[in-house]
Amino acid sequence: MSRDTARGWGFVAPALLWTLAFFVVPFVVMGAMSLATLERREVVWGLSLANYAELAEKAYLWRAVLVSLEITLTVTVVSVVLAYPLAWIIAFRVPKRWQRLALLLAILPFWTSYVVRSYAWLLVLAREGVVNQTLMNIGLIAEPITLANTRFATITGFVHFFVMLLTLTIYANLVQLSPNYRRAAMDLGANAFQTFRHVILPLTLPGIVTGAFLTFVLCIGDYVTPQILGGNTELTVPQVIMVQLGRRADFPLAAALAIVLMGIVTMAYLACARWLRLDRI
Amino acid sequence: MTRLPALLLCSTALTATAAAAQEELNALVWCDHTDPALIEPFEQAHNVKVNLREYEGTGAALALLDQSRPGDWDVLVIDGIDVFRAVEAGILAPLDGVSTEDFFPEVVMAENNSVDGVMYAVTEKFGYNTISYNADKVDPADMESLATAWSDKYQGRISIYDYYLPVMGLAAIAGGIPTAEIGADDMEAIGGTLSAMRGNAASVAGVVAAQTALATGEVDIVVGGGEWLTAVLAGDQPNLTWTIPAEGAVRWAQSIGVVAGTEKPDLAKEFVKYIVSPEGQARLATSSCFWGMPANAKAGEFLTDEQKAVLRWDNQPDYLARTQLYPAPDADLDVEMQDLWLETLQQ
Repeated sequence: MSRDTARGWGFVAPALLWTLAFFVVPFVVMGAMSLATLERREVVWGLSLANYAELAEKAYLWRAVLVSLEITLTVTVVSVVLAYPLAWIIAFRVPKRWQRLALLLAILPFWTSYVVRSYAWLLVLAREGVVNQTLMNIGLIAEPITLANTRFATITGFVHFFVMLLTLTIYANLVQLSPNYRRAAMDLGANAFQTFRHVILPLTLPGIVTGAFLTFVLCIGDYVTPQILGGNTELTVPQVIMVQLGRRADFPLAAALAIVLMGIVTMAYLACARWLRLDRI
Repeated sequence: MTRLPALLLCSTALTATAAAAQEELNALVWCDHTDPALIEPFEQAHNVKVNLREYEGTGAALALLDQSRPGDWDVLVIDGIDVFRAVEAGILAPLDGVSTEDFFPEVVMAENNSVDGVMYAVTEKFGYNTISYNADKVDPADMESLATAWSDKYQGRISIYDYYLPVMGLAAIAGGIPTAEIGADDMEAIGGTLSAMRGNAASVAGVVAAQTALATGEVDIVVGGGEWLTAVLAGDQPNLTWTIPAEGAVRWAQSIGVVAGTEKPDLAKEFVKYIVSPEGQARLATSSCFWGMPANAKAGEFLTDEQKAVLRWDNQPDYLARTQLYPAPDADLDVEMQDLWLETLQQ
């Protein structure tokens, strides 16, 4: 081994060891656990696919996968749609000297506890909460409508959180764009919409996709928001995992569910890989 | 110049000595034990620091203990119906010398706290999973029967406590099935009742969410609630109350024991003795996290009349006679019950 090669390995070794210790080993253990079984409350190690078969057999398990996917995709799309204009306004409409303050205000909700924020939303969406009271006062509804303890509440809580995240990634992408791109498009006869559609949007896709991917990953694995705001009216995969662990300590089935989640995230990554550019944010 | 380092060394040594002098006790507990008003008298009396770690779910606690080294934990608080699981796993040490003669006889539960005639734990607190409600919003007469408490009349105004054992116990009682006799053959009947209950419920909520829902008017009834849910709210909202319907309700009980392999068995046993002493019991019963009846009847001497009124002290003989301990399924039945519960939630 040449000296340069040895030095290269020396530089890479900490990262490799870190990845090995905190990703590869836990993943292998979780994979092995998913192939074990729980017999009379004891984990029996083996190479059984019984937990995965159970996923196919029990309707509530695969329905949890579907619920998780539906909520996550809705949150991702709604968050992108709301975050893009916000990032645009901060990047191009807010004067430079105020941009930092605008960004600070945009991420202000990050400073509060995640759990407290979820309970706050529960109060806002309650039958006697701010939203219902406002709608009744302006005469849009006569009776309070059910907003809390629904999928709508879960999505609202998630969107509030992830719009902040996406605003940051998209803003970071937008401010890197030279104004010459827009000027050139205008000079060539493009109107504002065409400029956005054919020039700005493709160039900001890395920021959008990176933020959307992070939103997808964090949302599909979240337990707190659906537990507090969804009212258990339907269960997501993390909620079902917690039930398996709480009383029965069924770690093998919980591990199988976690592997399924990981599979979904991997597929999402492969779908986004072309545009994922972390160096652009 | 040499004085300062010497002084620093001296003070460091003194600090270390003082720290070494104070023993530590590690207890795996439910949130009601984390109230300083409960723990501090014991710490002061024994010059000990009690380190408390909360957990939810017996499975999680047993897994945590399984991953620990012998001696890491000294005391365990556990669901009364799960003591045998901890004993089977070799987690609890035999417990002798803790008297239960002043306890309410119905909650001594020797059959739950002993295995093969050896006592491993003692009951420390109990209460009821029954019907909590807002007396200003519902007809209290409807709450006196399980048949009307979760009927269509209250559709969308009900929250169900998010724990399958007590709620399925209530469903069994509503169908005339004793909780101790629930078997696989009863799942269909219990499932039907659960579905009806679920169909009229706005949410299935944990402790804090259920309290929030009841206090904010999001729901008017909590199925599976009880004094542990409404007692801490009673000061501000006396209209939030609870009852035990004519058919009866489910009784919960928590036990405390010494962890096998502890290096401080005497101190751990002293802690258990303190918790089940009349004074400790009164403090545990009125813990800031949740209230519940003390197992030791002599705790009444340390409770105020107002506290006893909230706990319904004088009603206990009637309540104890009309309630059943919640289901304690074996491993196979537990799987069936949990599956049925999750299927119902996903409907």
